[in-house]
Amino acid sequence: MNRFLSLAAAFICAGALGVTGGVSSSHAKEKIRVGFIGPLTGGTSANGLGGRNSADLAVRLRNADAEAKYEYEMVALDDECKPNVGVQQATKLATDKEIIAAATHYCSAVAIATVDVYHKFGLPVIVWGAVLPDITYRNKYAEVHRVNGTMINQNERNAELSSSLGYKTFAVIHDTTDYGKGHNKYFSEALAKHGGKIVGTFGVTSDQQDFSAELTQIKSLNPQAIYFGGLTPIGVRIRGQMDKLGLNTVLFDGTSGIKSDSYIDGLGKLAEGSLSFIEGAPTERLPGGKFFLEKYNDQNYPNPPEAYGGFAFAAMNLILDTIEQVGPDRKKVQATLNKVKDRDSIVGKITFDDHGQNTVALITAFVVQDGKWVVWEDSEYASGKRKLPGQK
Amino acid sequence: MDLGLVAQYTMNGLMLGMMYALVAVGFTLFFGVLDVIKFSHGDVLTVGAFTALASFIGLQSIGLTSDAVELLAMLVAALGAMALLGAFIARAFILPLRSAPALNTLLITLMLGTVLREAVRLFYPDGANPKPFPRLLPADSINIGNFNLRLDNAILLTAGALVIVGLQFLLNRTKLGLAIRAVAQDEETAKTMGVNFNAIVLITFAIGSALAAFAGLMNGLYYNEINFGIGLYLGVVGFSAAIIGGLGSIYGAILGGFLFAGLQTIGAVALPFASAYKDVFAFAVVIALMAWRPTGLIPEKLSERV
Repeated sequence: MNRFLSLAAAFICAGALGVTGGVSSSHAKEKIRVGFIGPLTGGTSANGLGGRNSADLAVRLRNADAEAKYEYEMVALDDECKPNVGVQQATKLATDKEIIAAATHYCSAVAIATVDVYHKFGLPVIVWGAVLPDITYRNKYAEVHRVNGTMINQNERNAELSSSLGYKTFAVIHDTTDYGKGHNKYFSEALAKHGGKIVGTFGVTSDQQDFSAELTQIKSLNPQAIYFGGLTPIGVRIRGQMDKLGLNTVLFDGTSGIKSDSYIDGLGKLAEGSLSFIEGAPTERLPGGKFFLEKYNDQNYPNPPEAYGGFAFAAMNLILDTIEQVGPDRKKVQATLNKVKDRDSIVGKITFDDHGQNTVALITAFVVQDGKWVVWEDSEYASGKRKLPGQK
Repeated sequence: MDLGLVAQYTMNGLMLGMMYALVAVGFTLFFGVLDVIKFSHGDVLTVGAFTALASFIGLQSIGLTSDAVELLAMLVAALGAMALLGAFIARAFILPLRSAPALNTLLITLMLGTVLREAVRLFYPDGANPKPFPRLLPADSINIGNFNLRLDNAILLTAGALVIVGLQFLLNRTKLGLAIRAVAQDEETAKTMGVNFNAIVLITFAIGSALAAFAGLMNGLYYNEINFGIGLYLGVVGFSAAIIGGLGSIYGAILGGFLFAGLQTIGAVALPFASAYKDVFAFAVVIALMAWRPTGLIPEKLSERV
């Protein structure tokens, strides 16, 4: 009997503690889950990890803010830069009703494949890196938004700059994904406006290893520049194999797809003089760039934020702001995001048009100088102290 | 077409063909002695290339900077390690499944290949990104019109040819080669004649895997870049080359390797459509050839096995 009493007493005490615990936890903030998808493994993982860390930073800063109404947990998924994997991951996030909104995708081929999933399951997303215009403009999905600009603007700037430097004949190598095909289309259109000529266009698969046949053909066409519409892994291969075939007096004119430290790491000295273009200002010159980089460095992430880290941070921050404002409700978050206008962010003012696209008029050109991506205007190439390959 | 360009395409095709042939010979060796298709062969090539790169980084960190010594050390490390890995794969996964249906061996090696590839991606530092491979061969080149002959390419091509000639010598002129051929011809008779069947199988897998490591090193030195995915594609091409040549015949594998490289080059250069379809073209021709000669271009009945 004594034993029974002591057990009963123990249960009562445990119950009381539980109640007390329950009372105290009612003061704790409600936990809200948000999503992130990017290429965390694979050839473009440098950009994916930089984006993941940047979105994670936004969540950490918000959780550290005593005035935040909710506590946030970020679910980060890996799309491997593969459309089929991306669709699975998007479905996983979108069908999890606890996920209120998500910052999604660096690779255009993946982002364009997943928009229907977000629309179907009603998950509001903000694209943080993919640049294919169709992602926002092919459909008018209220769920899909994008903080970074599109490849149309970067190709116009590319054609303008390279033409002004005296490059008139181009060979185009693009990967045959929607991303590469889009770059080919918009660059060809922009170059025609500036009087340039495309002497040959080569579509290649995004996992191709050997480019000697294409480059030998290009050599015989004798262009002043090779325009490359694709991502870092094959960019590294093509530039490396250009050297093997003696194509060192030809400019390697890249897109935002190669604006990554891993492009320079993969090529070493051969990366020198390569061009790349991204939307917005360089991170350190963004309105909140200094703040962002300081906070990023405080967290000691093992990888740099890379070119689109600032956009991932801005996308996640906008999601958190909206949840704070209207509560953890997908429909309300989506409706509020659709009305975002002149919202301050570290990448500048964000205004979504009726397709959810932020207008980013500014494009920054970069050139590899002494093993670093340097803003074109600050480079010795722009000042005339150095010459790009083949520049007269 | 300009003769210089033709020479350049030929040289590019020969380099590709040599790499394909080295991989295809491995497939043919395995099939010859044990009637198995080892689908992890391409990924062994990847691990070999990464082993060579890791050895180079290790040597650099202890301050060794002689190109020749580094190259030799990378060769020894990659070939040695992959020979051991090949023998281990045979011992642990292939021999125990000898009495199981061929599909089981095929599946287990396919999955093993994925494990190897993913292990490189996940555990090699920053393994998901393309890795620069050191330039250890002299990069002098001669320009004759549109033809650019690089000394490093010539060295690699010669080295590849020597390896294949050496393998032929091993198989046809040595006692070990005789034992391998005996096992390939008739396992039971070879056993009754005193050939240690298990040892021969392990040695054959070690040789085949070392060939893959050599192809991996050659790939790294040729492109000066490696990544975790190189073996996947080379494995598929090497396998197709071995099949089209006549699985089981070394000459067939070599022929298949160069044929496939030739088809890809023609697909990229001579056909009116974009180079994106060069693989489609090459594989389509392979399919057509298979329909015409189901047992390969050099079928077993015309050639001695292995």
